[in-house]
Amino acid sequence: MKENKNKVLKLSTAGSVDDGKSTLIGRILYDTHSLTDDKLEAIERSSKQKGYDYLDFSLATDGLVAEREQGITIDVAHIYFSTPNRSYIIADTPGHVEYTRNMVTGTSTSQVSIILIDARKGVIEQTKRHFFINNLLRTKEVVVAVNKMDLIDFDEEKYDAIVKEFKKLVGAAEYKDQNITFIPVSALHGDNVVEKSKNLDWFKGDTMMEHLENIRLEDIQEETKARFQVQTVIRPKTDEFHDFRGYAGKLKGGELKVGDDVTVLPSGRKSQIKSISFFDQQYLSASKGSSITITLTDDVNVSRGDLIVKSEELPLESKTIMAKICWMDNLPLETASTYFLQHGVKRVKSKVKSINHKISTDNTGEIEKVSQLYMNDLGLVEIQLAQALHFDAYAENKENGAFILIDTKSNTTAGVGFIE
Amino acid sequence: MNEKVINNPLEDEAIYIFREVAGQFEKPVILFSGGKDSITLVRLAQKAFYPAKIPFPLLHIDTGHNFPETIEFRDQLVEELGLELHVHFVQDNIDAGNVQEESGKYASRNILQTDSLLQAIEKHGFDACIGGARRDEEKARAKERVFSVRDDFGQWDEKNQRPEVFDMLNGKIDFGQNVRIFPISNWTELDVWSYIQQEKMEIPSIYFAHKRKVFERDGMIWSAHDEYVFREDDEIVTEKIVRFRTVGDMSCTAAVESLAFDIDKVVEEIAASTISERGARIDDKRSEAAMEKRKQQGYF
Repeated sequence: MKENKNKVLKLSTAGSVDDGKSTLIGRILYDTHSLTDDKLEAIERSSKQKGYDYLDFSLATDGLVAEREQGITIDVAHIYFSTPNRSYIIADTPGHVEYTRNMVTGTSTSQVSIILIDARKGVIEQTKRHFFINNLLRTKEVVVAVNKMDLIDFDEEKYDAIVKEFKKLVGAAEYKDQNITFIPVSALHGDNVVEKSKNLDWFKGDTMMEHLENIRLEDIQEETKARFQVQTVIRPKTDEFHDFRGYAGKLKGGELKVGDDVTVLPSGRKSQIKSISFFDQQYLSASKGSSITITLTDDVNVSRGDLIVKSEELPLESKTIMAKICWMDNLPLETASTYFLQHGVKRVKSKVKSINHKISTDNTGEIEKVSQLYMNDLGLVEIQLAQALHFDAYAENKENGAFILIDTKSNTTAGVGFIE
Repeated sequence: MNEKVINNPLEDEAIYIFREVAGQFEKPVILFSGGKDSITLVRLAQKAFYPAKIPFPLLHIDTGHNFPETIEFRDQLVEELGLELHVHFVQDNIDAGNVQEESGKYASRNILQTDSLLQAIEKHGFDACIGGARRDEEKARAKERVFSVRDDFGQWDEKNQRPEVFDMLNGKIDFGQNVRIFPISNWTELDVWSYIQQEKMEIPSIYFAHKRKVFERDGMIWSAHDEYVFREDDEIVTEKIVRFRTVGDMSCTAAVESLAFDIDKVVEEIAASTISERGARIDDKRSEAAMEKRKQQGYF
């Protein structure tokens, strides 16, 4: 019982305007009985007001006034539902070209990506971008939902053609280790979303929910080395814990055990793990994701942002890094401009040394020489740092291989980087 | 000695957020209403910094229309954990003529809290206010960030929010700005109740079924407390066995009929419920965009 409650699967959705993304989510909520009576009544009322003869499920997710007025999704919304099996969190990300940054945001926190395709339009420019970003962020599980099957008379041949077209993208992709599952659906009418569709009896695979329910977390977690970045140093200074000096953080990747030989970076000082605790209990080990507090056998100097790793698993160290950057700010990224680079919880001053090239996000991988990166652009950039960073390539460890760039004037999160 | 730390992703995430607050801000405060979500926050903060004390004070914006059980509970908890509590009274603001009390049948002091909150932030120089709001509560809140930056006037600019990528939280602000922080953003109502059950936490008695004098209006059950809640002559008071699913002011929180006398029964009831939690918030029924409007003006 308790273990079930702790199982969460994070999904993100990507689709173009009018692909029926919000409708799909609304349908999932409706068919899993996750919409409460009051919310359902509100949807019925609004649908009637707008003169629809069906329930407009997108009203369940579009939260802002401007979104409801324009019938579009502007910002990432988070939606929650659960089955007896586990809990789900959906990051509903808008599909307009100008909102690529939202898609990167939503995808970065999810374990499964759902890409929607309008069956009438097939694989379009937007689809290529959505897949490209999924592949760039190395999302392990991708579900391609070919929606609006009702509008092409549930035609198997047309569906097969779309799948074939999409597989061409997969063949050309850089990250090869994705599990990609195709499902024909009609979100509006509920075919193959939760319930098996009679209209699609030629399709032998699982419905979307069946597929999601069968994904095992242990299968989609990548093996990574233990990386423990210190968020805060805990010094109670009470009689009972007079000399206690604990390092609090969330373990990224791998496993740490009491007795492990560790190295503290950047100082390079070596020590051993003396204790691992979570609240008032002590443990022999902890694994990826746990927010723990550790103590070391030696009195070494450790502060916020320091990285504790196993001594035989040292990360890379450098004062210059190459990274793919997705730009998210109105002001463009320019050579020689300075930013705060935040790597996990550590912030260092940084300077853009050069923009090697801009990378086309339409899956052609084409590159172009540019002097600036604008919002929603992706480029390969060389960055110089005021202090050395201790990192892994994004391909080796997502959390220790990604960073954000913070504008030094506006303080906004201006871009996200994936270290090569 | 225990073998291995058991992961609870939601708890780990909330603790991570609390530790980021400690690492990134000078003067944080926990917004504490005495409701179940803020009690859960305090518990998580305890876990984040143990064996040290919670390094933040609590702030309660007291509308004066609270349930007495909540206030009693609040004071007890503060005493037990040795915390510092700041209380700002909406009444003071009304008396000073800074805000005007609503009148009529649906009068509530809910909106008036915003001014008192902004004053408290300015007076104490708080740069981070940690709140128990959850994204599943309401659709404007579904768009909220974990670190939500507010301008000098406490306003939320919903169309211009900082992207939150992976788990990196950017709390960099200019002097005068503040950040609202929501560690249990990703929890659902059921997650909170299950956690209260699992942790065997104490909560105010009004969350459990009890006898109460009530009257009905618009299909909802209102607490019959004539001093705070306006009641028409033909709205007849009866006694019912009820509990509260969400606790705000008496004038904006409706009760539900329930026989859930203990936490196990409450969890069962929530799991089987077909009405959302905010369905019992009279303040949200004002319009489809009630919450979004309040948030733009500085509400949390």
